Amino acid sequence: MKKLLKIYLTTIFLTLSTHNITYSAGENYPLLKQDWSFKSFFGTFDRASLQRGYQVYTEVCASCHSLKYVSYRNLAEKGGPEFSIEQAKAIASNFEVTDGPNNDGEMFTRPAKLSDKFVMPYANDQEAKLSNGGAYPPDMSVLVKARAGGADYIYSVILGYEDPPEGMKLDDGVYYNKYMYGNKIKMPPQLYDDLVTYADGTPATPEQMAKDITTFLAWTAEPKLEERHKFGFRAIIYLVILTILVYFSMKRIWSRIETKV
Amino acid sequence: MSSHEYTPSSKFGKWFNDRLPLLTLANHLTDYPTPKNLNYWWTFGGILTFCLITQIITGLVLAMHYIAHADLAFGSVEHIMRDVNYGWLIRYVHANGASMFFLAVYIHIFRALYYGSYKSPREIIWIIGMLIYFLMMATAFLGYVLPWGQMSFWGATVITNLFSAIPLVGESITHWLWGGYSVDNPTLTRFFSLHYLFPFLILGLVILHIWALHVPGNNNPIGIDIKKPSNDTVPFHPYIVIKDIFALLIFLIIFAFFVFFSPNILGHSDNYIEANPLVTPAHIVPEWYLLPFYAILRSIPDKLLGVIAMFAAIFVLVILPWLDTSKVRSALFRPIYKQFYWFLVADVLILGYMGAMPAEGVYLLIARVATAYYFIHFLVILPILGRKERTLNVPLSITEPVLGGMPNPSMAKAKGDKVKINSLG
Repeated sequence: MKKLLKIYLTTIFLTLSTHNITYSAGENYPLLKQDWSFKSFFGTFDRASLQRGYQVYTEVCASCHSLKYVSYRNLAEKGGPEFSIEQAKAIASNFEVTDGPNNDGEMFTRPAKLSDKFVMPYANDQEAKLSNGGAYPPDMSVLVKARAGGADYIYSVILGYEDPPEGMKLDDGVYYNKYMYGNKIKMPPQLYDDLVTYADGTPATPEQMAKDITTFLAWTAEPKLEERHKFGFRAIIYLVILTILVYFSMKRIWSRIETKV
Repeated sequence: MSSHEYTPSSKFGKWFNDRLPLLTLANHLTDYPTPKNLNYWWTFGGILTFCLITQIITGLVLAMHYIAHADLAFGSVEHIMRDVNYGWLIRYVHANGASMFFLAVYIHIFRALYYGSYKSPREIIWIIGMLIYFLMMATAFLGYVLPWGQMSFWGATVITNLFSAIPLVGESITHWLWGGYSVDNPTLTRFFSLHYLFPFLILGLVILHIWALHVPGNNNPIGIDIKKPSNDTVPFHPYIVIKDIFALLIFLIIFAFFVFFSPNILGHSDNYIEANPLVTPAHIVPEWYLLPFYAILRSIPDKLLGVIAMFAAIFVLVILPWLDTSKVRSALFRPIYKQFYWFLVADVLILGYMGAMPAEGVYLLIARVATAYYFIHFLVILPILGRKERTLNVPLSITEPVLGGMPNPSMAKAKGDKVKINSLG
């Protein structure tokens, strides 16, 4: 038994230690670590932070970055920002979507409904690139999962703008970022004090906004996280109890032939 | 199959069994005499069967929602994660299930290496096992391509390009595999088709694997032939069944921790970026379970030779029953082999680590040494060791290892070798 456990632990440790090793070109700085509420075993999202994060997304990010896998209805779902249905409907109706064709064979626009996906800022990738100096602003739906450092990485990049080190030449429209892969980024710095006015009165410092938007993006990447944690806790309790019961049954069965198991 | 004749008790049972002996088969499976000293390393056969069935069932459900199209595949996976009822659970079980499957199969293979389970009369079991392992790697590779993320796309590009190393026809074969001039939609659809097919081939081979096992019966920790049924054996049900279930549950707890609390830790973050043929990731790395082979591939400077070395690494395992010339099965009675065994374990782990590192500088050097040692172990050390090694005395039975079995029990003791004969735990 002990041996079995040992081998499991070593194998898993070795697997993990060789895996997900990240490389980076340019200077490598340790990421800014935050105490994310959704990280631990019972982790849940900070509801108020998600709602503020949504505000930062719409007012700051949404002009360039899409969230094409997220629907307006998700905003009212459990485990998310949990806006009321009315609020989510009101949010959706601010956006225009192209629908159709209608019976006359014409496409038409209508206000977005809960069932619609978040409206994209650009018609296509080419338009997105053209408006952003050739760089494509990535879709942010799963961005937190698509970067090795996860939430800490996103948070760090948002706050990582600095003057370039001496001797580094940057082209027009390229910015120095301490944490970005290769240290060069085409997105200009976005956050400054009081860029948004939070409805709940929270002071909108860059750190606060960065934390809120990162929390929001962690949710869009993993909308079922709270359900998963809850389910997982129950599943493991169930398995542990069952294992104990089976262990004693096994002992009893093997005791018939007096051999230790 | 069974040593005794079985007759069903009911009249209908007898009538049916005369026409299709399913009940005889069931009786054989439950009564199957199993060595009673099997330790927990022997529980991984059952665990692997569980893994295969889990992968097939979760895969079946995923296939109902997945769309095999280059433009839609990535989005359909997100649809599964967001909109399908418990889709996140099914997908995470399937994705982590592959890793758990390989974790179990590696333990299973290294158990066979330690206790000499591949030796006569079990060569066919071993070879079928190697075929299963090979098909598992192929299936896992094909499956990893399906989400159509960056690692999917570039992993597929790297691996399929290996075939272009074949002289003369290499390029044509690669184009034939792709269904075009690069990895694209036709590649994805055929990979999906094959990914659906292979598990059933594996299932068929697993049945043959178990069938072949039931002819000589299980090997056991002391690696001796035992009389069946006898004092040395217990019926498979309930003794082995309950023990397998207990071990499976412990395995499931570990499995559950990955699925529910670290579902993405074994995957690569780049695979959450949709495939883009115009952007190459900085480092293309396969899944962890393929890393040792990846290290062997890259440690050979010539592409064709590298591919040959990689396939040879599996092929030496296939012919292992004839490379290991020792008549003694279990490493418990082979003091020198035991040490080389642990060297090999370390060597494979080092290869795995080097496979994850960039192939340059000191990493490349270590990978080359480890690759050389891997082949030396099988092609040089094992054949010689079998002839030269002084093995310890092997007991004649499990129950009477000292009294009747060992002609000279003091010899084993004198060498200070702690042989736990009756150990089950």
